[in-house]
Amino acid sequence: MKRIQSAQELEAYRQECLAVRDPQRTVITICAGTGCLAHGCSNVVDAIRQELEKQGLDQVEVKATGCHGFCEQGPLVVVHPQGVFYHKVKVEDVPDIIARTVQKGEVIESLLYALPTTKEKISLEKDVPFYKLQKRIIFGSNGLIDPTSIDDYLAIGGYQALAKALTGMSPDAVLEEVKKSGLRGRGGGGFPTGRKWESTRNVDSEVKYVICNADEGDPGAYMDRSLLEGNPHAVIEGMLLGAYAVGATDGYVYVRHEYPLAVTNLTMAIDAAREMGLLGENILGSSFSFDIKISRGGGAFVCGESSALIASIEGQVGEPRAKHIHMAESGLWGKPTVLNNVETWANVPVIIDKGAEWYRSIGTEGSPGTKIFSLVGKVNNTGLVEVPMGITLREIIFDIGGGIPGGRKFKAVQTGGPSGGCIPEEHLDLQVDFDELGKVGSMMGSGGMIVMDDRTCMVDVAKYFLNFLKGESCGKCTTCREGILRMYEILDKITRGEGELSDLDLLEKLAVVVQEGSMCGLGKTAPNPVLSTLRYFRDEYLAHINDKKCPAGVCKELIHFEIDPDACTGCHKCARVCPVGAAHGEKKEPHEIDQDKCIKCGMCYDACKFDAVKII
Amino acid sequence: MESTVKKITAKYGSDPSQIIAMLQDLQSAKRYLPEEDLRELAEALAIPLTRVYRIATFFKAFSLEPKGEHIINVCMGTACHVRGAERILNELERQLGISRGETTADQKFSLETVNCLGACALGPVVVVDQEYHGDMTPGQVDKLMENYR
Ligand SMILES: Cc1cc2nc3c(=O)[nH]c(=O)nc-3n(C[C@H](O)[C@H](O)[C@H](O)COP(=O)(O)O)c2cc1C
Ligand code: SF4
Ligand code: SF4
Ligand code: SF4
Ligand code: FES
Ligand code: FES
Repeated sequence: MKRIQSAQELEAYRQECLAVRDPQRTVITICAGTGCLAHGCSNVVDAIRQELEKQGLDQVEVKATGCHGFCEQGPLVVVHPQGVFYHKVKVEDVPDIIARTVQKGEVIESLLYALPTTKEKISLEKDVPFYKLQKRIIFGSNGLIDPTSIDDYLAIGGYQALAKALTGMSPDAVLEEVKKSGLRGRGGGGFPTGRKWESTRNVDSEVKYVICNADEGDPGAYMDRSLLEGNPHAVIEGMLLGAYAVGATDGYVYVRHEYPLAVTNLTMAIDAAREMGLLGENILGSSFSFDIKISRGGGAFVCGESSALIASIEGQVGEPRAKHIHMAESGLWGKPTVLNNVETWANVPVIIDKGAEWYRSIGTEGSPGTKIFSLVGKVNNTGLVEVPMGITLREIIFDIGGGIPGGRKFKAVQTGGPSGGCIPEEHLDLQVDFDELGKVGSMMGSGGMIVMDDRTCMVDVAKYFLNFLKGESCGKCTTCREGILRMYEILDKITRGEGELSDLDLLEKLAVVVQEGSMCGLGKTAPNPVLSTLRYFRDEYLAHINDKKCPAGVCKELIHFEIDPDACTGCHKCARVCPVGAAHGEKKEPHEIDQDKCIKCGMCYDACKFDAVKII
Repeated sequence: MESTVKKITAKYGSDPSQIIAMLQDLQSAKRYLPEEDLRELAEALAIPLTRVYRIATFFKAFSLEPKGEHIINVCMGTACHVRGAERILNELERQLGISRGETTADQKFSLETVNCLGACALGPVVVVDQEYHGDMTPGQVDKLMENYR
């Protein structure tokens, strides 16, 4: 590949890429994101390649893409140009797909996705409600491109925003556009990106850095992973634009330890961009030079915090530092630094390409644009969804998410990760944006949206988050280290049925101490999951404390399993699955559970087809 | 023969700021961080051994103990938690006769937990030697383990 020296050359090369990509040709795209890989998509990819060869169809292109968002339905296969959408595709299905859909344009009914409610079958990807109700301005490209091909990215208009900036916009103009767009940081706090850039821009320094935060520590959120794996060039282009605006020379992407595929795809993308002259010296023949390095995290949640992240890149222990020195003046290696989240960076090329005015037409006044949420937990359509800010929780969970599985009852949705809170049913019509979520005691966070039903215990959820945070506290502040531990111990006591009423007051008092005495965001927000569950689900705490009962049937010490003799058919299945021989009985006779032997694993409950096993 | 540590320090130009990356390479080469290698690394980079140890113990990616032949990683992230990850972990602990974070006496299995693997839609997720298994139930643990016994 020769270096591209100007915007004109880039445009000419883009036309070459487009010329070999006739939109009417047949392309089979198959999702090869982490979710679909887990569903075994690599065998399907191989099978498709072999079958095409066997049927003499070597002109058909096979594209392994990043995550499409609908991970639970994977492996996903889409046959273009029609856009026929197949889900849960197995190797055995491949010969038929090639012979019938690719060769003859027929649709194979049995591979189509059916609506969970009406069982209606949907043939085309664009008609699947899960996608149709979204607004995928950032994430939509994932399904169209092979993340290892820079040509694919160019063919969908990639690096157009960079060319536009370098040929027709001053760094200040780029900064102004981002400021006008109202873009707010997608990594948690929602700080206005343009204002952050401006502070760094205003500091005079030969060397400045831009950093991409891909530490994605919120357990339950994976949009950053999917963006970086599926569309790494969008993040690189965003960083290039940011660097141009603030006058940075070098960039780092700090990637979470658990994301090896993201590192592989990003490394490939950086190399390709460098080879083409889109990174390095005198980009597109301009005086602007910039390059990017990757720094792999060591597996510590607190390293997502800005000062800890910087310490970690510098090769030190990832502990937060006091914030009296501003990163805009003294960040990485003591130089002015801009840190933004993966999704924030991926928004920047769209803003420069389409303009701030267009961008502001999406979302709400205070939170323009879209947000990618990780819609997971007890919801039918789990996956990643990109929606305009201002959409209601109900629309996300029930219209896009298809509601709660098994006809169970919605209880709460947890947003904001370990810093956030649980939002109850009464707030389902809340219009989701940075400010509204705060008003009900939660926050946007990085976009985790964990749906909970009547079988989720809210005391257990609060305990879960404190357990997570007590393991992740770096230990520098006593309030955080000891306070979280104390709060955890109290919750643990309550879930074991040993709690007292006064414990609830103590929890609330401790919460204030931990919030006020801790230095970084981890400690300051750690009590939120407890406070929000106490606020909305106090009844459940009281049931654990006063009645020694777990209404959701989760806390092991407070429940036991029983068989309802009237419902039991004596099918003997529970006895076969019980790992300790506690469930027993004669065939065709009602079965029983020996409570002394039972370890409360719940396998009999899962196995019984007649709902005869009850959690008491 | 050139030692692993020599190869790794050479790759990063003996730059002490790259120590986390070096420890990562060492961890993947040896599956843990042997004491003699850490000593050699501290010497090669001319930094105090205590600094190497502080980093090696701070980050979860590193282990100072040898790991088993198969590494079982149970996701304990929020999405997996609400779908019953704890029950799966309990069943693995019961079958292997070890607790989370431990290795079986025959050095065959290490049982670990992780706070989200970024495959939340498939929860609960268990990863054995980099291979993902989604939608796990305690009842499936037995079948899963059969492949590795
Ligand atoms: C304990 C803690 C963990 C954090 N983890 C992340 C993370 O994983 N990813 C992220 O983008 N931001 C994380 N943040 C927020 C960052 O400190 C920082 O605000 C953010 O990366 C800035 O980018 P943005 O303005 O684009 O959101 C974390 C903050 C705290 C206090
Ligand atoms: S609040 Fe907690 S995590 Fe943050 S610096 Fe203090 S001890 Fe460390
Ligand atoms: S599985 Fe259910 S129906 Fe069958 S024996 Fe057990 S309790 Fe009775
Ligand atoms: S809960 Fe587990 S141990 Fe108890 S009876 Fe059911 S299967 Fe057996
Ligand atoms: S990984 Fe395939 S849709 Fe998410
Ligand atoms: S919570 Fe288990 S993979 Fe994310």
